[in-house]
Amino acid sequence: MTELALNRSPWWQRLISEVTKSPMSTILNVVALGMLLLIAIPLVKWALIDAVWTGDSGDSCPAGSGACWAFIGSKLRLILFGRFPYDEQWRALAGTVILVALVVISLNPVFWRKWLLPVWIAGLLSYGILMWGGVFGLSYVESSLWGGLPLTILLTVFGVAFGLVISVPIALGRQSKLPVFRLSAIVFVEAVRGVPLISVLFMASVLLPLIIPDGFTPDGLGRVLIGLVLFLAAYMAEVLRGGLQAIPKGQYEACRSLGVAYWPMILKVILPQAFEMVLPAMVNLFIGALKGTSLVVIVAMMDLLGAAQAALADPKWIGFYVETYVFAGIVYALMCGSISWYGRQTERSLREMREHSNKN
Amino acid sequence: MKPVSAYQDVPGRVRLARFLTRRDFQSQGLFIILAILLIWGSIHVASSNLAESSGKTGFAFLWQKASFELGESLIPYSAGDTYFKAFVVGVLNTLKVAALGIVLSTFIGLIIALGQLSKSVVITRLCRGYVEVVRNIPLLLQLLFWHTFLLRGLPTVRQALSPVDGIYLTNRGLYLVSPVPESSFGIVMAALLVGIILASGLWYWHRKTNAGFRLWPLGLTLTFLPAIIATYVAGAPITWDVPQLTGFNFTGGMTISPEFTAMLLGLSIYTGAFNAEIIRAGILGVSKGQVEAGLSLGLHPGQVMRKIVLPQALRIIIPPISNSYLNLTKESSLGVAIGYPEIVRVANITLAETSQSLECISIIMLIYLILSLITSLILNVMNARSSREER
Repeated sequence: MTELALNRSPWWQRLISEVTKSPMSTILNVVALGMLLLIAIPLVKWALIDAVWTGDSGDSCPAGSGACWAFIGSKLRLILFGRFPYDEQWRALAGTVILVALVVISLNPVFWRKWLLPVWIAGLLSYGILMWGGVFGLSYVESSLWGGLPLTILLTVFGVAFGLVISVPIALGRQSKLPVFRLSAIVFVEAVRGVPLISVLFMASVLLPLIIPDGFTPDGLGRVLIGLVLFLAAYMAEVLRGGLQAIPKGQYEACRSLGVAYWPMILKVILPQAFEMVLPAMVNLFIGALKGTSLVVIVAMMDLLGAAQAALADPKWIGFYVETYVFAGIVYALMCGSISWYGRQTERSLREMREHSNKN
Repeated sequence: MKPVSAYQDVPGRVRLARFLTRRDFQSQGLFIILAILLIWGSIHVASSNLAESSGKTGFAFLWQKASFELGESLIPYSAGDTYFKAFVVGVLNTLKVAALGIVLSTFIGLIIALGQLSKSVVITRLCRGYVEVVRNIPLLLQLLFWHTFLLRGLPTVRQALSPVDGIYLTNRGLYLVSPVPESSFGIVMAALLVGIILASGLWYWHRKTNAGFRLWPLGLTLTFLPAIIATYVAGAPITWDVPQLTGFNFTGGMTISPEFTAMLLGLSIYTGAFNAEIIRAGILGVSKGQVEAGLSLGLHPGQVMRKIVLPQALRIIIPPISNSYLNLTKESSLGVAIGYPEIVRVANITLAETSQSLECISIIMLIYLILSLITSLILNVMNARSSREER
């Protein structure tokens, strides 16, 4: 009853009643608030009050002033788009918006309809045209020039998408009664999970050209993507295996007694339920993938983090690394935050759909 | 599928034919053939590619002389030693940063987890904010930030920051006082050992007999008394080597490189956020009745936490946190980006010098696989022990 009353009162009343629950908690809160202010006041002063917002070289931000957001302002296009040709950057922006929109749509169960496949094909086609160009009067842009946020998003989206596709046979193989498939799946998953991502990326960018005949070798972006996909697939297969194990045996038996063949059973009965069960873990892997793409910097690609570092190299602006890393960090945190928020929304709408269909 | 007995009645030829036409046999056979073809093909292409470029293969290069220096090392190493030794240095550096990172990240995780469960809304929100922010920023970005900060944000050697006497923060590293063992070191250590043995005897006797006296005062005295007497008789066991500013740099004391500090800070702060979530889940997993029972028995809230909640929470915490420790160890490979000489960094320089990419990358993978295996073995044993206490 009291909780209900508390929930109806305005937030500051709730806060006050929360803070003054007991004398001990009041003291704790006051001390903590004091310490918070001790940190927060200089931080706000640096980030907002003393900050320099405009200027075109390092001289506009003297030593004593706060954050130099003018630097971020003048380097924004470089940080966000990397080396993508300046006049064509709208293409990278438009393509990335299309890609993100496709992902956002596909993650929502409301849109899981037959027309999603043609929408994906059309979306990917226009994405490719926008990024590569070379047709419709758009100039050709090499994939080695792609960079910044579009590259980060590209690696994340395609890494996760292909990783999911590959993880399915691996997870099924690990569950299989056939020893060859089970053993290969176990070896692959455990080997990949035992080594760091950076070594997989090294392997992809150094070893692939060695073992693939000349002329068939994918470009730098393709190689990194292959490494990322293999790495993510191992983790996703492990997560998916958890989902497969949680599916009651009755589901398999019901299929068999209805005469459903293996692949229709897996694709239409087992996998949808398994994916639904492991959705939160998959969302975490999605976030991990986004953070993991930053490692491509080490194999000399210019994603968001790489472009931010490139911006630091300008001799006209020396020493604004805090602003740069804070900005890049905020962009990453916002992206990760929105993925996990959207994941929770999807979970909830899935649950509501389930309850709704159970009532009917 | 027919029962086995049905097969025994038919002739062998038919049995073989039936076996060969079974779908599971065919699919597995096809898979093996494809895999062999793939491996054979890539070895074929790789050997022809290698023959074109340098032709050097095999691990013989490990015994050649490396021409690079490594910034820091636990064992004496300098340019001119073998590549093998350089790799050993890399492994030791990885282990060093991983071990310290595991301790520090657990500590941070514990504090943040307790903070999230504290009575104060402000502290709770603050710790929640820490977890949410730190978890969502790539570790590499954090490492690069800390490294740049330690190199550019700290003063030069001449204007070294000294929060406490004997600790100097500079852009070339941390300079700390270091202990130097004296001639009496061995004697005092032996005396300390005697003290510990005596105190353990006392503890054992106290437990056996349930003697009605408090253990701690006498136990502590017994532990340290021999060592104190030995120090008094033989002189101080260690002296402190204080770093001195001479010319352009500090001499004496010990130096901690900015790379190591950045690695340790970045890894611990990042993994600490994950550990905080794991520990919090573990503590929340202990049922409320346990806490209430402890409190109603008259235990202090701190005692309830130490003696009732944490031991039970450990059972929930150990499996996921072992995973987190493994991740930390693997993520220490990011040292390559800031120049901390761990395995990947050493392999990377070696690769550049010898261009034996295949060998260097397999060494990295092999070492990490072994580390992963050992860690999971140790943690499995620990896990088994902590869950065996269940009744």
